[in-house]
Amino acid sequence: MNAQMNIPQELFTPAGDNTAKQEHIARQHHSAFYDGWIRLRKNKAAVVCAVIILIIAVMSIVVPMTSKYTYFDTDYANKIAKPSAEHPFGTDLFGRDQWVRIWYGTGISLLIGLAAALINLLIGVFYGAISAIMGGKVDAIMQRIIEVLVGIPSLIIVILFMMALPPGIWTIIAAMSVTGWVNMARLVRAKILNLKSQEFVLAAQLLGTSTWKIILRHLIPNTISVIVIQVMFAIPSAIFTEAFLSFIGVGLSEPKASLGVLINNGYKALRAAPFLLIYPAIAIILIMICFSIVGDGLRDAFDPRMKH
Amino acid sequence: MTKTLLEIKDLSRFFTLSKGQVLEAVNGVSFDIHQGETFGLVGESGCGKSTLGRTVVGLYPPTKGKVIFDGIDVAGSKSQTQKMELSRRMQMIFQDPYTSLNPRMKVMDIIAEGIDNHHMAASRSERNQMVLDLLHSVGLDEEHANRYPHEFSGGQRQRVGIARALSVNPDFIVADEPISALDVSIQAQVVNLMKHLQETRNLTYLFIAHDLSMVKYISNRIGVMYLGNLVELASSDELFKNPLHPYTSALLSAIPLPDPKVERNRSRIVLEGNVKSPINLPKNCHFCTRCPKKQAICEREVPELKEVSPGHFVACHLIR
Amino acid sequence: MKKLLEVKNMHVSIHTDSGVIQAVRGVSFDLYESETLAIVGESGSGKSITNKAIMGLLPVGGRIDEGEVILNGRDITHFSEKEMNMIRGAEVSMIFQDPLTSLNPTMTVGDQITEMLMLHKPEMTAEQRKNRALELLDMVGIPNPAERFGQYPHQFSGGMRQRVMISIALACEPRILIADEPTTALDVTIQAQILELMKKLQKKVNTSIIIITHNLGVVSSMADRVVVMYGGRFVECGDLDEVFYQTKHPYTKGLLDSIPNLQLSDQKLYSIPGTPPDLISPPHGCPFAARCERCMKVCEKYQPSEYEFSQTHRASCWLYDERAKGGALI
Repeated sequence: MNAQMNIPQELFTPAGDNTAKQEHIARQHHSAFYDGWIRLRKNKAAVVCAVIILIIAVMSIVVPMTSKYTYFDTDYANKIAKPSAEHPFGTDLFGRDQWVRIWYGTGISLLIGLAAALINLLIGVFYGAISAIMGGKVDAIMQRIIEVLVGIPSLIIVILFMMALPPGIWTIIAAMSVTGWVNMARLVRAKILNLKSQEFVLAAQLLGTSTWKIILRHLIPNTISVIVIQVMFAIPSAIFTEAFLSFIGVGLSEPKASLGVLINNGYKALRAAPFLLIYPAIAIILIMICFSIVGDGLRDAFDPRMKH
Repeated sequence: MTKTLLEIKDLSRFFTLSKGQVLEAVNGVSFDIHQGETFGLVGESGCGKSTLGRTVVGLYPPTKGKVIFDGIDVAGSKSQTQKMELSRRMQMIFQDPYTSLNPRMKVMDIIAEGIDNHHMAASRSERNQMVLDLLHSVGLDEEHANRYPHEFSGGQRQRVGIARALSVNPDFIVADEPISALDVSIQAQVVNLMKHLQETRNLTYLFIAHDLSMVKYISNRIGVMYLGNLVELASSDELFKNPLHPYTSALLSAIPLPDPKVERNRSRIVLEGNVKSPINLPKNCHFCTRCPKKQAICEREVPELKEVSPGHFVACHLIR
Repeated sequence: MKKLLEVKNMHVSIHTDSGVIQAVRGVSFDLYESETLAIVGESGSGKSITNKAIMGLLPVGGRIDEGEVILNGRDITHFSEKEMNMIRGAEVSMIFQDPLTSLNPTMTVGDQITEMLMLHKPEMTAEQRKNRALELLDMVGIPNPAERFGQYPHQFSGGMRQRVMISIALACEPRILIADEPTTALDVTIQAQILELMKKLQKKVNTSIIIITHNLGVVSSMADRVVVMYGGRFVECGDLDEVFYQTKHPYTKGLLDSIPNLQLSDQKLYSIPGTPPDLISPPHGCPFAARCERCMKVCEKYQPSEYEFSQTHRASCWLYDERAKGGALI
């Protein structure tokens, strides 16, 4: 109370015009993306995982290029060697250096995941956006097509594809893309349908904005966070599908390697050389977990409403 | 007699929900809006007032009936020039200040959208100047132009929405519950701003709301809707002094007044029951399930809107 | 009159990604037996957070930094979740703005009432509980309680759901009912029904009500006493008539003046200029200073002290300081 009594008399006079402060926004000004970035940065796990993914990606390019071994050179004198300074992860049944093969396989797996996710992105966004924007009969027909695709077990489609076409990375990618875009298309369609009925889109219609401009300025920019997040989840799922295909024997053929091929080989030699299974398994688990955590982090950061 | 700017003729808008389920959001509503007036439209949620507003500006095509704006049929086939003319002369202010502004656009670009579409500015600097002038006219300034909507308070956003509607110099604005999402002190701000803009820019409003006291304050004439029908229409003073429809009386009596002495001595008409579902309505007076004065005829026949005294229309079997 | 609840110098902050929101900064009030206390304020005034803090229902990141909540002589701010569960529903009940999200959609209405009874009145038999639930549904004016007992919340209209919420809240005859914007989501005619019901039930079961609202009409038809809040701080409190007819604080006055009077025509409506403060960086002085027409230099720098006008009527405003001569409002 004493502090209050010491306030000088002259402060008890009108403050004068204060209109300037009335509409002032005290908060620092930045875009919603920037806010999302701040939230993402605070999510330590997501940042760590993103760094791990980056390191893995760089290593998968650098190691096969700089190592004195290649992924296909065999050395029958040195089969199933235990990990050593010469061969950090040992050698496989044909004496190939496992260290190089794992990084090479990781690269192939990442490439497959990334390419499959990008193709899903292109087809899915386009398909979903057209379906939602056209509406009516077009939408109904396009949705029935999706339902048919979902109805056929995707594994059957993929295996048929793998048998019909020459084996290789691009066949796998193409096979996974046949049905992989469906989720993306559905998500994009739902988001755009939701945006279409929002008042800012109605306002744009009333202001005479053309349909194309509405799509480019109002619908797509508000769908980007959904798309990015879905891509982050599509990559590990494509990697896993490829690994599964290779594991059941319809994936890549030797001497090419992906993580799935390596796990398959390691599984065959499980008794003699468990390390042949353990290291590629660790690699795939690490990649899957990191992508999931980064995807979750992105979702929480850019779509905070989903949290609750 | 002032000029009629907007004619609504026997307007209906139905939504088919699924087979055999029809939601009659607006059913056979007719009234005129005069140049320079504010027409208030009140009713409870689900009465079709917002659907009516959206049909009037052409966001929904009418199921039946016509909306004629200054000689142009809003829903009819139009040339591109007519379409652009309508979009310049008729605008809308929306209810939700949170979803009515694109979160990915800066306020400057939000307000400039109409100016760009109608090529109203000769140069980039003229366009920006026009936006700043609009911001000033709604009590905001340069500081706000480069910010994103999420940085604003609800009242500030609503004023950005008003500036956007004003950007094309419209003659007629449909305000769809522009204040119901705002705080009390901000409601008065927005309503006073709208009144001021009406005087300086010679605007005509269709003001849709459920808050009767604000509607009375801003409107010249008021229409009351109940389940898709217009049940009473009168000048705002007349409607409050002499409500004829039992629903209007109940609605007025239900408003709690910010005056404890009045509230203590007030006897309320408290309606029994709830509003009927607007799906597959029978052909009768829709209010009959809650009406304290219900008679046998009310359950059988649809009452027609009749003029009982000059300018005072009511749709009720009990009033002849 | 007996004091049921005492809130002393409550400070609440909410930690969010964009910063720390100082939602409540020093609010005190008492609640007496069988009275209705209205807490009035706009969004961001801290009125809802104050009451959530009382009930231990703060949102994620929210915490009480300072202050006491004294219920029956005990400070309940440090109670565990388990202890709070025994208080919630039994001694203090709460009803919310949106009855749809506060009812469990997968449980019948009857089960939700009997669950409450099971928790707080374990001595009752199943049959007693069911009878009590039917009695409650009847009491809140739900027709055909026996049939409605087995129905799910989505089969009820908005007004009926709020009635169900009230019956659950009153199931264990709490001494205090906190109603957080109970009629804001409802239409005017339904609002009138619910307000009448609350008045009737208060007489019948003799609870005290804290009603949180921004609607001054609801306040004047329900309340005995009023607390006005702004920007997380206490503004004015007093008997209903004192606050409405001998208004002291410029904010309260502005609020009352910005509601159009239905009896008058052609009036000019007053509106408070500006926007409420951002509580992440609240102003040093009076939170209303920037919007106040009678703002003095002191208001921008120092938080005003409370001035007493009668035993019940207080306001927090520098205009009533001796040094601000003739500053008082009419």
